Amino acid sequence: MAKDIYLNGLHVYTLGASSPNLTIPENYIAPVRIILEVDSMSIFMAIISATVSLVAAIYSLSFMKGETGQNRFYTLLLLLVAGMLGIELTGDLFNLFVFLEIASIAGAALTAFRTRFADTAEGGFKYIVISAAGALIVLFAVGLFYAQYNLLNIGALANVMQYTMLDKIALALLVIVFAMKLGAIPLHMWVPDTYAVAPAGISAMLVVSSQACMYALFRVCFTLFGITLNMYTVGWIVIILGMLSMFVGVTMAIPQTDIKRLMAYHAISQSGYMLLGVGVGLAVLGNPEALATYGRAAMSGGIFHIINHAMYKGLLFLTAGALFYRVGHRDLNRMGGLGHKMKLTSIFFIIGALAISGVPPFNGFASKFMIYESVYQFNPILSVIAMLVSLITLASFTKAFQSAFTGPQLPEYEDVKEAPKSMLIGMGILAAAIIFFSIFPGLIVHHIVDPATNALIDQAAYVNGIMGGIP
Amino acid sequence: MIESPSGFWGPVAWIIVAVVASLVGYYIWSRGEKAHKKGMQSEEFLMANPRLTEGKTHVRAHNIYWGFFEGLKKYYDPTVRAHTGIINDYIIWFVALTAITAIILLIVGVL
Repeated sequence: MAKDIYLNGLHVYTLGASSPNLTIPENYIAPVRIILEVDSMSIFMAIISATVSLVAAIYSLSFMKGETGQNRFYTLLLLLVAGMLGIELTGDLFNLFVFLEIASIAGAALTAFRTRFADTAEGGFKYIVISAAGALIVLFAVGLFYAQYNLLNIGALANVMQYTMLDKIALALLVIVFAMKLGAIPLHMWVPDTYAVAPAGISAMLVVSSQACMYALFRVCFTLFGITLNMYTVGWIVIILGMLSMFVGVTMAIPQTDIKRLMAYHAISQSGYMLLGVGVGLAVLGNPEALATYGRAAMSGGIFHIINHAMYKGLLFLTAGALFYRVGHRDLNRMGGLGHKMKLTSIFFIIGALAISGVPPFNGFASKFMIYESVYQFNPILSVIAMLVSLITLASFTKAFQSAFTGPQLPEYEDVKEAPKSMLIGMGILAAAIIFFSIFPGLIVHHIVDPATNALIDQAAYVNGIMGGIP
Repeated sequence: MIESPSGFWGPVAWIIVAVVASLVGYYIWSRGEKAHKKGMQSEEFLMANPRLTEGKTHVRAHNIYWGFFEGLKKYYDPTVRAHTGIINDYIIWFVALTAITAIILLIVGVL
């Protein structure tokens, strides 16, 4: 399907219609059915979600072994996959809300799944509270559109968007809800509370679930509103959220002594790079010259960073899970010398840490390089701060590696063994993906990232996919 | 290879350089003293103090970058304090930021 979309353009699937392509029923002037609309950006996100979910499921075979209620665990895991894919593939704003709810409920239940630990219920509770508040606001925003235009379909709404005062309020609501769901600062505080206590495979999936919400933010800005909104202002709002996320995220990561909380703060920080890259593209969307010179490259850098981040952050969470599985806690203060016994896990950790820190030749460097160079032409200060953040990221992961893996073998960990096979396979898949992306960044950028960027910019193609050229 | 507005990145060339540098390093290492064996050096001398046991020589996480945090105390104190861990505060941040964003969009639209 992905190949077909990259070769032949977007696909639509109308549920319940006599033909999948019949988006507008006979004698109607607007779409009324549930429609899935899949372009290069949607399928790009779906590939990420599906890959990380598969890895998380393989990893969980060992990690969750011995836990009670495993049938419920895997049912919820599949529900989370359904929610994420739904957000990414739907062409309907109301269904976006429904899938957001599905992903949120499944995510919260999975976070709180291991009830024998004291902190999991708190993490799950916080996640469901912020998700429920966010979903309510999304529903309110959808209501504002429906009250004005009698439409719920994204393409059809984009076709008639007036950018009225109510539309501006709806835009503000949607931008901030999705910013909270993706963990942008200052709406990020639930992220370390939730990611740290979830089972490691689920932490990796929550990262891509947050990325699905980032996709929703981009879809709203670029496709639902597109050139009708004040791109410069909204672009700068996204950029400021990105810069705050990058800087505060990384500076809050360094003092952490819980390895998963440290990684969760880094997840926030890395989201900032994506917001920065795509935010610059949004800010110059109305300026064709700037868009061609550096805006498109900044967007490609941001979008490339999404897939890179999903791979290395997923891998790092899985290595943290392997440590927890063997030593029984997440406290870096009590760890040390584990590299003697967990050699493969150490290697996977090094690969993930170097990639997230943007050390060449790893894939994190490739996407950051695109962001640095293109954002520099928009505003050099933003680019310099982004480089500084990368440096602090390296310092933070040096601390984590030194604390957990290096040093003499500690007497309390003499009996520690390497992680079980299924966990190593899960980590190995992501490590292999990182190495492949690192060696062949051009292949990834030209074949799946650039088409995704073009799909996001090309609002008319998305609208035509639904309206079929009807004005 | 990927292109940016003012340059390009080719990881294969970088890897080739890294491999060549590693080979040069290996060559220099291989020319070193061959008679030296592991365990030949004497025990470390630390201010005449008794030798620490292995577990005690490991620098723990909370000691790393101590100076960095002390130097940035004015930044860290309010930032850490803002992370209360209370869900009510999370929602207050959300409501406040939504209101600010809505006001910005409405004002910019009018001006």
